[in-house]
Parts: sequence; C-alpha cells; structure tokens
Amino acid sequence: MRDVSIIGIGQTKVGEHWDISLRHLALEALQAAMADAGVAQADTLYVGNMLSGELNGQEHLGALIADFAGLRGIEAMKVEAACASGAAALRLGYICVASGAAQIAIVLGIEKMTDAWGSDVTGALALAADGDYEVAQGLSFVAINALLMRRYMHEYAVKHMDFAPFSINAHENAMTNPYARFHMKITSERFERARMIVDPINLLDSSPIGDGAAAAVLVPAEAARAFSGVPVRIVASAVGTDTLAVHDRRDPLALDGAALSARRAYEQAGVGSEDIDLFELHDAFSIMAVLSLEAAGFADRGQGLRLAMEGEIGIKGRVPISTMGGLKARGHPVGATGVYQIVEVVQQLRGLAGHNQVENARLGMAQNIGGSGATVVTHILEAPE
Amino acid sequence: MPTPLYWQSKANRYNLVGEICDRCGTRLFPPRDVCPECEAPAKTPFVFSGRGKVYSYAITYNAPIAFEEYIPYVVALVKLEEGPLISAQLTDVEPENLQIGLPVEMVTRKLQESGDAGVIMYGYKFRPSLHRQVSPG
Repeated sequence: MRDVSIIGIGQTKVGEHWDISLRHLALEALQAAMADAGVAQADTLYVGNMLSGELNGQEHLGALIADFAGLRGIEAMKVEAACASGAAALRLGYICVASGAAQIAIVLGIEKMTDAWGSDVTGALALAADGDYEVAQGLSFVAINALLMRRYMHEYAVKHMDFAPFSINAHENAMTNPYARFHMKITSERFERARMIVDPINLLDSSPIGDGAAAAVLVPAEAARAFSGVPVRIVASAVGTDTLAVHDRRDPLALDGAALSARRAYEQAGVGSEDIDLFELHDAFSIMAVLSLEAAGFADRGQGLRLAMEGEIGIKGRVPISTMGGLKARGHPVGATGVYQIVEVVQQLRGLAGHNQVENARLGMAQNIGGSGATVVTHILEAPE
Repeated sequence: MPTPLYWQSKANRYNLVGEICDRCGTRLFPPRDVCPECEAPAKTPFVFSGRGKVYSYAITYNAPIAFEEYIPYVVALVKLEEGPLISAQLTDVEPENLQIGLPVEMVTRKLQESGDAGVIMYGYKFRPSLHRQVSPG
C-alpha cells in the first residue's frame, strides 16, 4: 500500500440551511475542496451520510452527487456507519488510493437535519443505537449517554459541573471559526442553569444538530506536489468496532472500539498518545469527550476530567481538543462530522488555523465515533515538512 | 417498536427468556445465538429470575415520539443477578429513591401503543424489589 496525502479541503458553515438543498450543500463543499486541490476530475467519490433516507427522502447519494458535481460516470458510493459515516468515507477513500485502485479520490460528508421536526430527528438519531433492545425499551440516544455519565459520576465521585470545561473550551474556540454553528461563549453559570434533556445530561452537555458538508481530496503522497493544495500526509487510518448496545459492552465505561481504533492507528504511525499535538475527538456529549480521552490513552481511567480541570484541553494545553469548536460548538451534522474533523486537522497542520492555531502542530489525530461507541474511525495526519 | 419486531421477540419480553452457552455457561440476555465469550453456538433457552440491581439510571424529559406521552420516565441499566446488563425502564419508583445499587425485580408492563387502534406492546420493566434480596457470598 502506498502513502496517501490530502491535497484539498472544503467545508460549508454548519447551520440551519433551510434555503439550500442537500445536493447544493454537497456541491458547495465539494467544489471548495476541488478548487483548493487544483483538480477538475476524480476517479472515486465516497459520500459519508447517515440520515438522508430517513430525513431527506433520498438514498443513493454516491451517484446523485457525482452526477450533480459534473463527475458523471466515476466510481461513487454512499458510506454509512451512523455518526462515524464521514470518517468511514475517508477510510474507504484512503484504501482506494493506497491500494492503487484510484489516483484521485474525493471524500465528502453531508448531512441535512434541520428541515425535519425535532422529534423526527430524535427518532432518526436513535437508529445508531440497538433498535431491538435499547430504543424499543424507551431509551433515546441522549438517554444512553446519560446512563454512561451517571455511572461515571458514581464510579469516580465527580459532579456534573466538573464536565463544564469541555463545553466552555469548545465554545471559546468556535468564536474564531467562521464555519462554526455557534459563536457565543458559555459560562459556568449558564452551564449550571441549562435545561435537563435526560438527567444528568443538560442542553450544554450536548452537541447541536445542524446542516453541513465538508470534503477532502486524496492522492498518492508521491504525486502530491503536482497539485496546488499544500499536502498533508495520512500516517494512520484505522477502524475498531464494538457492540451497539451499551449493555452488551465488556465494560460500559471503556470504549473498547475507540481503544482498538486508536491502538491500531498508533501502531501504523509508529507513535504514542504523547506524540499527538491535537486531538479532534467526538464530543457529541461531554461524557463522550471524557471517555474518548481515556480510551485513546491521553488520561488514565477515571482521570479524563482532570485534564480539563487542569486546563490542558485548550489550544495552549497539553492535549488541545475541539480546536475549531468540536461537535459541541462547530456543530454535529452527523454524517458529515468526520470529514469536518479531518478538514480542521488539515487546517492546523498547514498552519492556517489563525487565532486557533496550535503551535508547532506536527501530528494531528481525528476520531469519529458511531453510536455510543460501536464504530470508531481514527486518522492521524502529519504536517508537511 | 414495529409490530413484526414485537411478535418476533415476545418470549424474551414477557418472561425474560435468554440463552445459556452450553460450552462456557455464560448466561445471555438479550439472546444472540453466538456466545460472545467463547464464540460457541448458544441457543439453549434460559429463563432469568428477574432479580437485579440498578447499575445506572437517567430521567427522560425529551423522548422519541412513541414515548412522548410517558414523559418524564426513568430509564436504567440493570445488572441481572445471573450476570448480564440490560436496558429497561424503572417503574413504581419515586425520584428520591433512585440510586445506583437499588435492588430491583422484573415486572411485565405496557411499553407503548402503536397508534389508537394498534397493538399494545408489553415488555419488561423493573421496580424496586418488594422482597429482600440475598446477595451471593
């Protein structure tokens, strides 16, 4: 397998794009990435998306968007792995180019969620969970995470307020990301007063839904310099899976899928967690950020909150996370999120993150989680020399 | 839940019928036919006692449409005394009595209705034990 580089990125603002259709939103990100890369054609298009059938009445997005984008006839497919669909699409694009099956692969994440009723979206998101034995019992996706949060609080004797730094940090960073959904700061007081959704998870523990699209162009690393975009090499691409239902897990508070995925990625890149300069983790809920840090080895079991309390998760900290707002403040258009994470790591490694720049960022890690931890896709990217 | 799913899993839902692995003896609920511990076929039915303890709980204020009429309700992870963890609602319990470790027992209750004229779906929920539980060892 040959090395692969990302030579172009594009993204739309995350928001409520009621006046832009799914295919137009996809096109915006796709064209931005192709322009950044300096390509007019491609061999392959993988489209990461979770809910187009359920919420937009449209499946078959690979062929649809390929044709709409002027790429009629190329190999194209939709890729689905719940909220990990975006990174899963990148995984397949990576394999495509690494194996020699394609010279230019485009990866697109797209999700349009805000055209639907809130209760329909809640029901749709539950598709990521175990339908027969979690959802059928009345558990929503938020409830599943709430059960994890309360158990964590019980086992490690922490309080709900101890989770506030994750949301505060995310919102702080989003202030200077023009593509983020939210541009407002969160204070401890607001966090404490926020409305409960499923106790103990409140509104400010939870990432917002939104519409958005993000894209990346992949080519063999050896050919990267022939294109216009500054190349960022993919040094690891790895997937781990686990049970869908939390109740089937070996240990509910151990995200085994994330640990597997991270370990495989570290092995591929020949690095450890101490070598990672920034970590775009899957902060769908504050508890998921904590468990992700622990599963990927940035903190010991039960110590994930300590990193936040000691100020180590900020841009200047030891483990910068959600550097452009994360799922919490940049937003979580579920099937697109994994590609947003990659776009943001590329911005950081190119030195183009502006006010949010992590100094001397050499290795950036992105981890996208499907469901409550059942599919985890980890990529590690390396800055250009 | 869709009516076909409901019919397919009636035995599990009414009577907490799972499986036992013939090779390693692991009790499984929900039933899954392949033992996750030793990968042997696991199809022998096993009826659980229904006794367990609350491993975690959460109070739902925002629910999927099918459960909106029951808000607020309590969901939980219950550790059955035979080993497995199970997702279910708690019932007949006051909020101030909710705690991790609470001994509970299974009861059969209404889960949801599929519309005004549709099937009424029953299944397992857990209530605080009315009988004293003897902890093993």
